[in-house]
Amino acid sequence: MITFDAVTKRYADGTVAVDNLSLEAPTGEITVFVGPSGCGKTTSLRMINRMIDATEGRILLDGDPVRDIDPPKLRRGIGYVIQQAGLFPHKKIVDNVATVPLLLGWDRGKARSRAMELLERVGLDPAMGERYPFQLSGGQQQRVGVARALAADPPVLLMDEPFSAVDPIVRTSLQDELLRLQAELNKTIVFVTHDIDEAIKLGDRVAVLRVGGRLAQLADPKTLLSEPADDFVREFLGHDRGIRRLQFVGTDGLRLRTDLTVPAGFSGGSPEPWVLAVSDDGRPLGWLRGDGGGGEPEPYGTFRPGRDSMRSALDAALLSPSGCAVAVGADGKVVGVATREVLDAALAEAADG
Amino acid sequence: MGEPLLVRLIADGPPSLWEWIARNWDTGRVGSIKDLLGDHLVMSLVPIVAGLVLALPLGLASARWRWLYQPAAGVFNVVYALPSLPVFMLLISVTGLSKTTVIIPLTFYAIAVLLPAVVDGLGSVPDHVRQSAVAMGFTPLRRLVQVELPIAVPVVLAGLRVVAVSSISLVSVGALIGQGGLGMLFTRAYQNPFLPPVVVGIVLIVALALVADGLLVLAQRLLTPWVRARRAS
Ligand SMILES: Nc1ncnc2c1ncn2[C@@H]1O[C@H](COP(=O)(O)OP(=O)(O)OP(=O)(O)O)[C@@H](O)[C@H]1O
Ligand SMILES: [Mg+2]
Repeated sequence: MITFDAVTKRYADGTVAVDNLSLEAPTGEITVFVGPSGCGKTTSLRMINRMIDATEGRILLDGDPVRDIDPPKLRRGIGYVIQQAGLFPHKKIVDNVATVPLLLGWDRGKARSRAMELLERVGLDPAMGERYPFQLSGGQQQRVGVARALAADPPVLLMDEPFSAVDPIVRTSLQDELLRLQAELNKTIVFVTHDIDEAIKLGDRVAVLRVGGRLAQLADPKTLLSEPADDFVREFLGHDRGIRRLQFVGTDGLRLRTDLTVPAGFSGGSPEPWVLAVSDDGRPLGWLRGDGGGGEPEPYGTFRPGRDSMRSALDAALLSPSGCAVAVGADGKVVGVATREVLDAALAEAADG
Repeated sequence: MGEPLLVRLIADGPPSLWEWIARNWDTGRVGSIKDLLGDHLVMSLVPIVAGLVLALPLGLASARWRWLYQPAAGVFNVVYALPSLPVFMLLISVTGLSKTTVIIPLTFYAIAVLLPAVVDGLGSVPDHVRQSAVAMGFTPLRRLVQVELPIAVPVVLAGLRVVAVSSISLVSVGALIGQGGLGMLFTRAYQNPFLPPVVVGIVLIVALALVADGLLVLAQRLLTPWVRARRAS
């Protein structure tokens, strides 16, 4: 656990970057620092590994003040990932990843094989280990940055806008990858971003900071969206707060109808306005009119009950003319249909809770 | 003097070049071609090596304490700008008509080129690279040796190539005080107009410069494969 205890940072020129910050980043969780540019996110993060020393207050790592730990020793136990990856241009990827193990005095062979293992773990071909950093795309470099931070298996990981320099598609896949890794590794992660969507997606807890380095709110993402502490936080969250909150509403309770599916050759005769054509192996083909009119199957949207959120289910419903969302299993086969009425009821419940 | 030197040299008829070389290569006395070549090597290599050895700590200090850089660079640039003859005359009173009198100014010239090269080389280390080295727990010394200096190597080597070639060529100026290495062949030809020594002097000096430059290019390839890989892509 990382504890900020009334921490203030005043730079030499008098700028107060962080003002009396007290919070805890619990062990095994992702704590996100989010806020507008210049609100002191980077400063707060760097005070943890003492790249910057606090002016007042204390930062504790599992109860021990970081001020009492020799910086190089402290830092070797804390992974650090930054926006530009910061890879060493003169070292091969594998040697980049092996950096901290080598600093810790592992033998070369062991450090290298650990590095190879990590490259695979972050989704890179180990053959890339023999390349130099400039031969990798931005997204790949960022993965190497994560692998390098994890190499010595530190319990704590600090990440400063690690995914903000890559395009949105790569960013999404890096975020998913981080969540997958975190599910396996359970690190104590402090993640800095100025992107509230990223904060909500990744954070177990989100600390919203305002300019001047003061904590505006510390809450889990769901609470943040439903109960913003003040106007600053509300404004920072943006307007589609309600829709985004559905991301935290589960779909396992939805009552699915199984009587709306018909085989591929359906030619009419159902009392329902819309029915779902399903192939012989159980996959969705598209929506057909219940009276057999219309011809070609119309588009549909799917979600996975239990795994996907209400936001995905609603999105799936909005994609089809029937207004219903198709529920599929992990194998892609239809398990049922969530009708508009069922979704309505679930939304009403979510709005209350 | 009558006709210009070159005209007289060329009018000398078909040069008995090989014959002259064979006769003068190794006479066993001071002033043989072999002897001059050895002198030339010493007087050009010592400033290159000494220049590098001195420019490195100076450059490191200048990069660390920026206020030091301008005054330090200024001193060496001023020495660089001084005409050779008064510099020699000044030094003769201390070091006499010796090789050292040539080596000292050449070392200053080498530093004048290498000091900015070292500072720029260290400046070429991207800030995020330096920061991430700090964050990973490098001690300052280790960071310098394992991260900053290796990244500075291409810029320093580029400076070293300039220094090597100019130093090899500038040694000839030492002929002014009777310590010019292969440059002595030129003064000799001036006193006694004769083409072969001039040709031999020029060819050997150029050849030395090319060999030194080639060795440095080779060193660059071996030391910085990551730069070569970047060019190839
Ligand atoms: N070395 C420094 N000296 C003086 N002021 C500084 C220094 N570093 C940062 N600051 C100031 O401290 C404040 C917080 O900076 P910090 O880098 O922590 O912000 P940030 O939240 O990370 O911003 P961004 O999202 O733009 O990265 C800013 O006003 C900044 O100008
Ligand atoms: Mg920042």
